[in-house]
Amino acid sequence: MKILVGYKRVVDYNVRIQVKPDGTGVVTDGVKLSANPFDDIALEEALRLREKGVAEEVIVVGIGPADLTAHLRNGLAMGANRAIHVVTAEAMQPLTAARTFQKLIEKEQPGLVILGKQAIDDDANQTGQMLAALWDRPQATFASKVEIADGKATVTREVDAGLETIEVELPAVITSDLRLNEPRFIKLPDIMKAKSKPIDVIEFASLGIDSGDHLKTTHYAAPPKRSKGVMVKDAAELVAALKQKGLL
Amino acid sequence: MSKILVIAEHLDGKLNSSTARAVSAAAAVKPEAIDVLVLADNVDAIAADAAKIDGVSRVLTVARAENAHPLAAVLAPQIAKAADGYSHVFVPSTTFGKDVAPRAAALLGVAQLSDVMSVEGTHTFKRPIYAGNAIVTVEAEPSHVVVATIRTASWPAAASGANNAPIEALTLDVTLPSHTRFVELKQGASDRPDLQSASKVVSGGRGVGSKENFDIIFKFADKIGAAVGASRAAVDAGYVPSDLQVGQTGKIIAPELYMAIGISGAIQHLTGIKDAGTIVAINKDGEAPIFEVADFGLVGDLFKILPELEAALG
Repeated sequence: MKILVGYKRVVDYNVRIQVKPDGTGVVTDGVKLSANPFDDIALEEALRLREKGVAEEVIVVGIGPADLTAHLRNGLAMGANRAIHVVTAEAMQPLTAARTFQKLIEKEQPGLVILGKQAIDDDANQTGQMLAALWDRPQATFASKVEIADGKATVTREVDAGLETIEVELPAVITSDLRLNEPRFIKLPDIMKAKSKPIDVIEFASLGIDSGDHLKTTHYAAPPKRSKGVMVKDAAELVAALKQKGLL
Repeated sequence: MSKILVIAEHLDGKLNSSTARAVSAAAAVKPEAIDVLVLADNVDAIAADAAKIDGVSRVLTVARAENAHPLAAVLAPQIAKAADGYSHVFVPSTTFGKDVAPRAAALLGVAQLSDVMSVEGTHTFKRPIYAGNAIVTVEAEPSHVVVATIRTASWPAAASGANNAPIEALTLDVTLPSHTRFVELKQGASDRPDLQSASKVVSGGRGVGSKENFDIIFKFADKIGAAVGASRAAVDAGYVPSDLQVGQTGKIIAPELYMAIGISGAIQHLTGIKDAGTIVAINKDGEAPIFEVADFGLVGDLFKILPELEAALG
């Protein structure tokens, strides 16, 4: 079985996001970029399934500009067999990303697609679900445990009410939640090995996808600032202040 | 004119309050009609609850055995079918809505808006990105149905009781897939409030020092009836499991009271609590960034202060 893994590059989670003064976007120039944390978890899960013998090949997929290669090399260094780079300079909405994956699925025929439940830049939390719909296959979102046997995946999902377990026939789309696993660290020899692993480059324009971007982001703003509060001198003063606000 | 279909969320035969929050957002669009769609095996009690919500024009029900559990693959085709004739489909931005809405949107061939926090016009909305570190204004083309999830923390539940909307059974000609099966739902067994929805949260950070020491956080949280959270540093250090992690990659929460104990306030943590009503910080380092966002700050040793707080509470 092949596993396709979505591997998005985002602004690192430790960067303080700044909105451009003219409201046209957030500052990304010169800012540290990293793999979307949920995508690292997705990749880790795919690698573990391969190590268990459930899958033979793990393919990381990146959609983005020409300089995405270094990022994809990280995915290869983590252990993916090969990478697919869909090249586009345009920012991608989830529906378009899902349509792109759908095209790659037609070619690769994976038994499983694992994506992060959301990317920490647009926080959309949509691509996996949309892909499953377009592919007309099951989805198991927000996964915290995955077991594969007999052509089925049994997936525990983190839902508001608790932990839900569902059984889905393969092929299927799984999206990873935080508790699914702890991604491995990349070791130096793996970085060297990754240099010789193949990256297929596909021009987004060649896929013939209707971008369908009928949602337009027209303005970016900083959130309302929290004003700095007061310092209290001891526990008694704190309790009094919280009681006064009706919080205790 | 706008016509909005709100998808009801329910569990164990009861309507979830997230539905009334989505109705609030729908009302802000000032539509001609707000219909609530109930997809369940036994619809009656849920529909009766939905019919009482202020602003609801009609409740539409689809009672099918396949709808016993909220499986997105089963519900989405029904939602897509029922969406015909509506200008907007709103779904609460809970795990239920986040699971099903994108699938329904893709079936309709439309993009989807996530986490609508304000309605600026019939087709103009605001939503957070980067864990709330930026707020974007998004305009949707009126030629397409707007499928959106509604950020529940941003909307009050619409009042309930005065309305008595008609309830109509709907027949949808949709073939449902059998490739997805419900196995079980284990509901949180803890006596403590749920971290995601608790009105009070007490979180511990690296300053707590060890797994054993974290008992002091649990003890204090129990004293004030709060849920327990933790910073990523505390989770990474193995003090508590990762389901307690608050922050950009953990849970993003908006309790009325948030108490950060021994948490320095890394950016990734602050983004998870910025919508909290009142933030209290207790830290021995007076220069810790957590004090920049705290409404009340107290510099000192948490192992001394927490017992003092408990004593002061009586």
